Amino acid sequence: MDYTILILALPALSFLVLALAGMKMSHRVAGMLGTLSLGIVAVLSYMTAFSYFTAERTSEGVYPTLEPWNFEWLPFTSSLHIDMGILLDPISVMMLVVISTVSLMVHIYSFGYMKGEVGFQRYYAFLSLFTFSMLGLVVATNIFQMYVFWELVGVSSYLLIGFYYTKPEAIAASKKAFIVTRFADLGFLIGILIYGYYMNTFTFTPTEEQLMHAGMVLPWALGLMFVGGAGKSAMFPLHIWLPDAMEGPTPVSALIHAATMVVAGVYLVARMFPLFIGFAPNALHMVAYVGAFTAFYAAAVACAQSDIKRVLAFSTISQIGFMMVALGVCTAADPHEGGLGYMAGMFHLFTHAMFKALLFLGAGCIIHAVHSNEMETMGGLRKYMPITHITFLIACLAIAGIPPFSGFFSKDEILTACFQFSPVIGWVMTIIAGMTAFYMFRLYYGIFWGKENKELHEHHTPHESPLSMTFPLMFLALITLVAGFIPFGHYVSSNGHAYDIHLDWSVAGTSIVVAVIAIALATWMYAREKQPVAEMLAKRFSTLHRAAYRRFYMDEIWMFVTKRIIFRCISTPLAWFDRHVVDQFMNFMAWSTNAAGESAQPIQNGRIQSYTQWFLGGIVVLTIILLIF
Amino acid sequence: MNILSLFVLIPLLMLLGLWIARNLNQVRGVMVAGSTLLLILSAYLTVSYIGLRNAGATDEMLFTDSISWYAPLHICYSVGVDGISVVMLLLSAIIVFTGTFASWKLQPLTKEYFLWFTLLSTGVFGFFISTDLFTMFMFYEVALIPMYLLIGVWGSGRKEYAAMKLTLMLMGGSAFLLIGILGIYYGAGAETMNVLEIANKYIPTEIQRIFFPAVFLGFGVLGALFPFHTWSPDGHASAPTAVSMLHAGVLMKLGGYGCFRVAMYLMPTGAAIWGDLFLILTTISVVYGAFSAVVQTDLKYINAYSSVSHCGLVLFALLMMTRVSATGAILQMLSHGLMTALFFALIGMIYGRTHTRDIRQLSGLMKIMPFLAVGYVIAGLANLGLPGLSGFIAEMTVFVGSFQHTDSFHRICTIIATTSIVITAVYILRVVGKILYGTCKNPEHLKLTDATWDERFAVICLIVAVAGLGLAPYWVSNVISSSVEPIISQLSF
Amino acid sequence: MEIHVIHYLIISTVMMFCGIYGFFTRRNLLALLISVELMLNATNINFAVFNRYLFPDQLEGHFFSLFGIAIAAAETAVAIAIIINVYRNVKQVLTDDITDLKG
Repeated sequence: MDYTILILALPALSFLVLALAGMKMSHRVAGMLGTLSLGIVAVLSYMTAFSYFTAERTSEGVYPTLEPWNFEWLPFTSSLHIDMGILLDPISVMMLVVISTVSLMVHIYSFGYMKGEVGFQRYYAFLSLFTFSMLGLVVATNIFQMYVFWELVGVSSYLLIGFYYTKPEAIAASKKAFIVTRFADLGFLIGILIYGYYMNTFTFTPTEEQLMHAGMVLPWALGLMFVGGAGKSAMFPLHIWLPDAMEGPTPVSALIHAATMVVAGVYLVARMFPLFIGFAPNALHMVAYVGAFTAFYAAAVACAQSDIKRVLAFSTISQIGFMMVALGVCTAADPHEGGLGYMAGMFHLFTHAMFKALLFLGAGCIIHAVHSNEMETMGGLRKYMPITHITFLIACLAIAGIPPFSGFFSKDEILTACFQFSPVIGWVMTIIAGMTAFYMFRLYYGIFWGKENKELHEHHTPHESPLSMTFPLMFLALITLVAGFIPFGHYVSSNGHAYDIHLDWSVAGTSIVVAVIAIALATWMYAREKQPVAEMLAKRFSTLHRAAYRRFYMDEIWMFVTKRIIFRCISTPLAWFDRHVVDQFMNFMAWSTNAAGESAQPIQNGRIQSYTQWFLGGIVVLTIILLIF
Repeated sequence: MNILSLFVLIPLLMLLGLWIARNLNQVRGVMVAGSTLLLILSAYLTVSYIGLRNAGATDEMLFTDSISWYAPLHICYSVGVDGISVVMLLLSAIIVFTGTFASWKLQPLTKEYFLWFTLLSTGVFGFFISTDLFTMFMFYEVALIPMYLLIGVWGSGRKEYAAMKLTLMLMGGSAFLLIGILGIYYGAGAETMNVLEIANKYIPTEIQRIFFPAVFLGFGVLGALFPFHTWSPDGHASAPTAVSMLHAGVLMKLGGYGCFRVAMYLMPTGAAIWGDLFLILTTISVVYGAFSAVVQTDLKYINAYSSVSHCGLVLFALLMMTRVSATGAILQMLSHGLMTALFFALIGMIYGRTHTRDIRQLSGLMKIMPFLAVGYVIAGLANLGLPGLSGFIAEMTVFVGSFQHTDSFHRICTIIATTSIVITAVYILRVVGKILYGTCKNPEHLKLTDATWDERFAVICLIVAVAGLGLAPYWVSNVISSSVEPIISQLSF
Repeated sequence: MEIHVIHYLIISTVMMFCGIYGFFTRRNLLALLISVELMLNATNINFAVFNRYLFPDQLEGHFFSLFGIAIAAAETAVAIAIIINVYRNVKQVLTDDITDLKG
């Protein structure tokens, strides 16, 4: 599979070409170049996936782990070195498919969405950079390569969020995204350092001996790595950058902040899964609790947002929480039962990437049509934008967990895994799934039904988007329709053995009932022109509603920490200290030398008589001394 | 003649050429010819050095030569290079070369300016090729003195104050250094001044205990060791562009290089005794510099404090005394030299147009001077350690290497030092967001033009160097790492 | 009364200190010159007296006195020349007022 290098090389090349020569190209050429290279990448990824999954399993019944490329990039010691290479195993191949598909759709979509924007070429260059880094991340052969590309996706995300660099909100959001994830990456880095020190390797598969050597420290290393993952995957309380990141162009939100980069944390946990499950089960369960809390928190906030991209952002956070929970509830007990969550989490990652990208791209069409993110400018759009409407509905049904859409299957597996781990978690997650259905349909009704903003729509009639934008919608909707029937367990499972997904109808039935009730509730509250119940509830629980609207004041707390503590309480005094204590001490030294000189100066007054007086005085003193001794 | 002597001879010939040059074009011609020659020479030296190593040369230093100069005190003009000095020479040549282009349009007294500039480079090159303590010290002084005039005459702002402060503090350092060198000389039996020969001799523990801090501090002042770093912000802020580049890019490296080559190599016991204390100081430097940079409002001050932090990391990694961390320290010198030079060059170019470096008065430069702005973003990303640019490999080598230390105190210091990468991101992005992004609020700035060809050339050279080091670090790391080995083996007990 | 060495020394000491006192207190260049002459002659007397009383068979003291007188004469000649020139130029012979060459 030597050709896999092209999967990385093509986007990198297209980034270089577009970055260096993009300004000389027309929009069309630049866009075609980026899209074409991504198209080839997608084809290559499908080929890889096809040949990988149709190839023979090994004698143990698992797919072999391939390393078609690997070379030493930066040596430290004989055993510690950063390698760059390509690792193919079920999850990385699955991720290749996800990333190249979504990225290709976004490339096509952006033709329509970004049409005529200033910096169109730059936009495509950054998209290529991002795709390159993300692909490099998933095929990493060792933890340090992952970190290298982890930083690169962070930067491409920074550049893309700040694409509209004249907008103050976009600048602030990009800065925040980078710094918050960077802070989390510090944890990742320290985790890697500890891992490297105790295990003396950066590979994902340390030997028995190395593991013995690490012993009790391994959970700490893995826990710290998870901090990095939590930052990228927007786990509470490091989630604050994601909603703001919606300031970037909407296709970027679809690609980076919904489908690919934000699941990097999930991927990281999945990558380190054998170590987690074998040596740090408690750390793994911590992941589950963090994930569950985040899922709940984000779902609660999503119910009160009015900006449609923010709703989707919180929905993303919540769904990533689901994936984290799925991974976290795994136990070593029985490979198929205990490891169900692993499969479920990866499955959900796959289906979620598709339908969440669909939702974001749909939201992009809507924003394109009404030129605003706020729900109050929408309402009743189903008449104007039929394709967007239908595809959006499909995605909503999928995320709400209604069969036969893909989300149902993956979410059901997650819930089954949760119930096996502990009924409490199971019920909590079921309720959150219900909340998901509720807020998604609140959003759906708010956009396509509900009270139409006639005044605005007469002024500027919303229209369906061009084919370049609707095609990706339809394509992704198609995937969402059929993806649930992929025998995912055959390809990806915790121990590599094929595993048949079977629906547990007690769990599935409950979740369907909960979802239907939630949808019915949303329909009752939001589908009509007037929404007395919703308004009454908002008024009745105004404190709660406002708190949820302000995202439970997490941003304010973070602002306080950064502005007040780092800026005011550390940096300003330090800078003052530097200028007024350290520097003044140096100045004082200079001044005292000067002063010593000044004070010695009057003796040298140029009067010969005073010199002779000193001279005589000296003679007298010397004479006295000589006389005495 | 020894190839290394050319590194001193060429600048001397350049001085001569400048002296007889009659007009601006001749001055520029001499500078470009000379610095290009130096660049080619250092590239050739690098290639032939690697060739010799691959051919199996095992001597610690290659191209060695020695001419007795003042026999009673065993002062020789002795030269020789290992991997560390080779990359340092390459770095210096790149920066002198780009610095020439960065000061292309400098006014007034262009000829005199280049004279001092070349004299400074003579000192720098001479320092890196010397293996004799006295010769080293002499070149060190030759590199320091022109700084006073370059800042005092061609600087901006409080230039007299800054020049005086810088010179006095560095001279204070070199006073310590001279004492230390004499201590080493007599401690090792007063038989030789050659570093390589002294390294094989035994210097009594008591002598090392007294003179190690003298030498380390002497060089540490130049390496911006807390609390002797305060010359750096003022000095950088007042210096003209190319001088800032040369100063932050190369001169500050003399400090780290000297600490390693003289203080630690020759006095390993002293290093063991004083190591922890200095390690604490350098850890403070790293974090303190980064935090102080966050609230500065002058672009050059931000960079100067960032240099304090990054050069602190150099000394920090050296004091960790593992092979990997020392390699990281040298890589960090190289990387910091290149990216700070890039930064100062860009700041100089922006300042030359807007006549202000106050970030509160600058905004939206991305639209007005896209080339400079993109260059600035790249420099910023290199500074905060983006993979693919030089900062990343250097920092990672430092952190991985330092964390290999078996003592937990050292590992805790490493963790404290790693926090600087977050703070670095804060101050870099703050500046980028404030001055480059947004819309331009000052109508005066709307008329400004983007970079001219000479500026573009300097910036592109540096970016290529930064990216080249960041993308393909393998051979540089190997060259350095094998040369670090003998010094580190002295240090391990 | 026999004149002993001590009497000569008293005279020369008085002369010496008159000279020193004059040198310290006077501001007139001519007065200073006279004071210096007094001091020089005090030493000349000492030379002669010590030679005469302590080492009567040797002559070094006398030589030194002669040397002193010669040097004093030369010095006076130069000094007077300078003073006259100074006076011509600045119309002053007081040390406090001659400060033109002071940095």
